[in-house]
Amino acid sequence: TKKELPEHFKAYKHVWVFIEQERGQVHPVSWELMGEGRKLADKLNVELAAVVLGAEGETVRHAVAEAFCYGADLVYVGADAVLADYRNEAYTAAMTDLVNTYKPEILLLGATTLGRDLAGAVATTLLTGLTADSTELDVDADGSLAATRPTFGGSLLCTIYTLNYRPQMATVRPRVMAMPERVEKPIGRVVEHALQIREADIVTKILSFLPDRDSNKSNLAYADVVVAGGMGLGSPENFQLVRQLAAAMGAEYGCSRPLVQKGWVTSDRQIGQTGKTIRPRLYIAAGISGAIQHRVGVEGADLIVAINTDKNAPIMDFAHVAVVTDAIRFLPMLTDAFKRRLSAHSRDKMAS
Amino acid sequence: MHIVVCIKQVPDSAQIRVHPVTNTIMRQGVPTIINPYDLFALEEALRLRDRFGGAVTVLTMGPPSAEDSLRKALTFGADRAVLLTDRFFAGSDTLATSFALATAITRIGETWGAPDIVFTGKQTIDGDTAQVGPGIAKRLGLIQVTYVAKVAELDPEGRTITLERRAEGGTQVLKSQLPCLIAMLEGTNEVRRGTMADALSAARAEIVKWNAKDAGVEDLGKCGLKGSPTIVKRVFAPAARSEKAKVIEAPEGGSLADALIADVFARQPHLEADLTALARGF
Ligand SMILES: Cc1cc2nc3c(=O)[nH]c(=O)nc-3n(C[C@H](O)[C@H](O)[C@H](O)COP(=O)(O)OP(=O)(O)OC[C@H]3O[C@@H](n4cnc5c(N)ncnc54)[C@H](O)[C@@H]3O)c2cc1C
Ligand SMILES: Cc1cc2nc3c(=O)[nH]c(=O)nc-3n(C[C@H](O)[C@H](O)[C@H](O)COP(=O)(O)OP(=O)(O)OC[C@H]3O[C@@H](n4cnc5c(N)ncnc54)[C@H](O)[C@@H]3O)c2cc1C
Repeated sequence: TKKELPEHFKAYKHVWVFIEQERGQVHPVSWELMGEGRKLADKLNVELAAVVLGAEGETVRHAVAEAFCYGADLVYVGADAVLADYRNEAYTAAMTDLVNTYKPEILLLGATTLGRDLAGAVATTLLTGLTADSTELDVDADGSLAATRPTFGGSLLCTIYTLNYRPQMATVRPRVMAMPERVEKPIGRVVEHALQIREADIVTKILSFLPDRDSNKSNLAYADVVVAGGMGLGSPENFQLVRQLAAAMGAEYGCSRPLVQKGWVTSDRQIGQTGKTIRPRLYIAAGISGAIQHRVGVEGADLIVAINTDKNAPIMDFAHVAVVTDAIRFLPMLTDAFKRRLSAHSRDKMAS
Repeated sequence: MHIVVCIKQVPDSAQIRVHPVTNTIMRQGVPTIINPYDLFALEEALRLRDRFGGAVTVLTMGPPSAEDSLRKALTFGADRAVLLTDRFFAGSDTLATSFALATAITRIGETWGAPDIVFTGKQTIDGDTAQVGPGIAKRLGLIQVTYVAKVAELDPEGRTITLERRAEGGTQVLKSQLPCLIAMLEGTNEVRRGTMADALSAARAEIVKWNAKDAGVEDLGKCGLKGSPTIVKRVFAPAARSEKAKVIEAPEGGSLADALIADVFARQPHLEADLTALARGF
């Protein structure tokens, strides 16, 4: 496992982040990756480039401008009507063309449905290594990308290298990395790359897009406050107590995996390694033991509060604050207390 | 219709334990199962076969013991099973795995007819990368559609297929062509129990066993560790946080809930103002 980078890979330089956008929106994971990419580029003393693909227009222009505010030294743009909506064939062709032309040493993508679909196809086309769902990125003394990811159901971590192939590719799930600060910057160096992809060559056609109904769309990953319940609640009826507390605080609600498996809560609410990663300012976990697979999804929270009858539950090892009590009795009291406190304030303020 | 379904035998991770002292995986005695996500792919394939006729071939790459998973797949009603097993495949990452599986699928096509659809699961529960499906598609030059929630329409004569694909924030409905590779989303169908007749014939069925050469692999350098650009260097346990949670107690005659809230807002001074604003509807 020694590094013996073949001669033709030595021209590969700089760190790239794929800026994922769908229907006019940049996915926040792309900016999170720009934050990480900036650190890697600085350590390697190379440039950080953002890659923006899409149909020519306002969305692409906006993504390009924003990329500079999130730290890009330059932006590669592939703007073409065939890239209007995400389709694997067109995006893989565009991405591999850019990589082969401009030769980055590191390429990062979000581990979203789009990013995973694209990354696997691009890595195979380029015959290079791809580390999935990294939770930590760093560069070693010899300049290699060290991508760390959970292994064996999350109980251990492993560090994976792509020593002798380029680019070194990795995906990272949303919210695993912190959102960097946005700093207003003028548009800098932009490289517009003319793509040679013809619509006639793309077999797959998009017939329609059915957006999720707002009512069941959860904003768990990006919520400021999350309240979650686990098996300690004992029944689906008691899970209402979690929903009620969340509603009183204007928070999102979530759950541990067994509740999804039992059908008490829908799968988009699951928090943890095989569910959503969250980074709220406040996370309240009621009746959740804190298994490692749950822990890896919540560790980015600023403040973790555990409500558990067992003062030795594993969650006590990573929660900041705990109440050792029966959640089924305590949650309604907490809901009332929050309601009182928050509305008392609003009365004060309205009076003043 | 000829449909190939890729299934992986995985340790039942719910039962994996880590040695408390050495931090190594205790694999002994951990039962193996068919990767749960792959069952949805298998079921979808069986449904299409039942509707349009043809055959379902299940394929796995793994140790000789992976035969168990293939036999299980036969009890659900798959028509034939191919086990790809060879020490040259050991240590494969996703690039090497997709090479081996794609080569075997080509050989399956030469032997029993080119597949119209190759199915995979969304991801596995051990490696969990979701990279092998796209890898196989690229190697075989097939159209790739991942996170498929529904096969809405299939026209075997016109060679077209309409799929509903889970995307960020909604569902893409797309029309593509056969042959293609579909990575099936979980929870999209109910896996059948298999008939008595299937169980009986599965017990007697012969599993086709191929080594690298049988499968048509010419360049062993593309297999196993040699063919894997990724290298696992370190395996380690996550660091523990040094302090334990501060346990909040109710003050004499006071409320535990209020005590908790006071502590939370003391630690997060801006949160109270923000939540209050939210409560007032800003
Ligand atoms: C491959 C794999 C992936 C996984 N992915 C995830 C994942 O993404 N997310 C996830 O959450 N899990 C995941 N798991 C499952 C995980 O290992 C645990 O089984 C799960 O998190 C436990 O859920 P729980 O804490 O709700 O239940 P339990 O572990 O049963 O804990 C219940 C807790 O409630 C407490 N309690 C009991 N009664 C009360 C009461 N009245 N009031 C207050 N507390 C009470 C108990 O003391 C206990 O601590 C995964 C497992 C595997 C193998
Ligand atoms: C903890 C851990 C972490 C790993 N991390 C990485 C990594 O970051 N990058 C990397 O390149 N490799 C990684 N590997 C190696 C990788 O798991 C193997 O290459 C494995 O053979 C396939 O990957 P997967 O399990 O992630 O499958 P996935 O890509 O998640 O599987 C998708 C689908 O492909 C099919 N499939 C997968 N494997 C087989 C098989 N053997 N036989 C038949 N069908 C199959 C199934 O239908 C499955 O549902 C890791 C392995 C482990 C144990």
